[in-house]
Amino acid sequence: MDWTWFHRLASPPHVYRIAGTLTPWFAWPAGLLIVAALYGGLVLAPPDYQQGDGFRIIYVHAPTAWLSVMIYTTMAVAAAIGLIWRMKVAHAAAASCAGIGAWFTAASLVTGMLWGKPMWGTYWVWDPRLTAQLILLFLYLGYMGLRAGIEDTARADRASAVLAIVGVVNVPIIRFSVDWWNSIHQAPSVMKMDRPSMPADMLVPLLLMLLGFTLYFFAVLLVRLRAEILRRERSASWLREALSA
Amino acid sequence: MKEFFAMGGYAWFVWPSYLLTFLAVIANIVIARRSLAAAQAEARRRLAIAGEEG
Repeated sequence: MDWTWFHRLASPPHVYRIAGTLTPWFAWPAGLLIVAALYGGLVLAPPDYQQGDGFRIIYVHAPTAWLSVMIYTTMAVAAAIGLIWRMKVAHAAAASCAGIGAWFTAASLVTGMLWGKPMWGTYWVWDPRLTAQLILLFLYLGYMGLRAGIEDTARADRASAVLAIVGVVNVPIIRFSVDWWNSIHQAPSVMKMDRPSMPADMLVPLLLMLLGFTLYFFAVLLVRLRAEILRRERSASWLREALSA
Repeated sequence: MKEFFAMGGYAWFVWPSYLLTFLAVIANIVIARRSLAAAQAEARRRLAIAGEEG
């Protein structure tokens, strides 16, 4: 098997260049999908028979919650690759994920509270799903704090990678908390084995929003990854090449 | 239009959710772009110093 693609992936100048080329290919479709999903979710979708127009919070709550766990998983996988193959670019990618993930975890918590108040009668309960999501926020903040506290980049990479990998046990806990425990949080309506329990005019905007947010994340990640690679790189020759291009 | 903004009585919960989410979306774009611009400026500065020495 030809492994040159893997070695090129490990090369910072190559990744820097590719990331710059790829960014608009994620950003524009993301923008279009999100605008279409906003129109579909706020205007076209009918009110829910139980929750009325309050259910429309799903179009921002589900995508932010999805990003919060998807970004964490991406971060842990990148950290593991960095640790196992000593790949600096993978460590840089993991470090670039944390800040974005923390924002969207906070957004999922706040939108969840704003949905909980009218539907459950309270902003917050110490429910398994809600508590696990709060722990996710602390994992992101802990990861960022740990990195900020270690001067040497290589040591910060290794220490924070271990934290990211250990913390990944929280991901299945978040996912299955509503099945394992008697949770106030509703069960999934889209990501389950059988058919989604939603009519198409409600479901389609949600799927567009989830896809749009996913592409948006990769666009933002690529920009942050380029910044991270530049900050780490000491070789003058490729810096000159990268900046002139 | 007035009906649309009223959100069937859920306006106080629906609109702040959207506002906060898109605040996070825009903030992350701004943070990423500023971070890249700063790293590029810093790299140019390092190259200029390296150029003087070399």
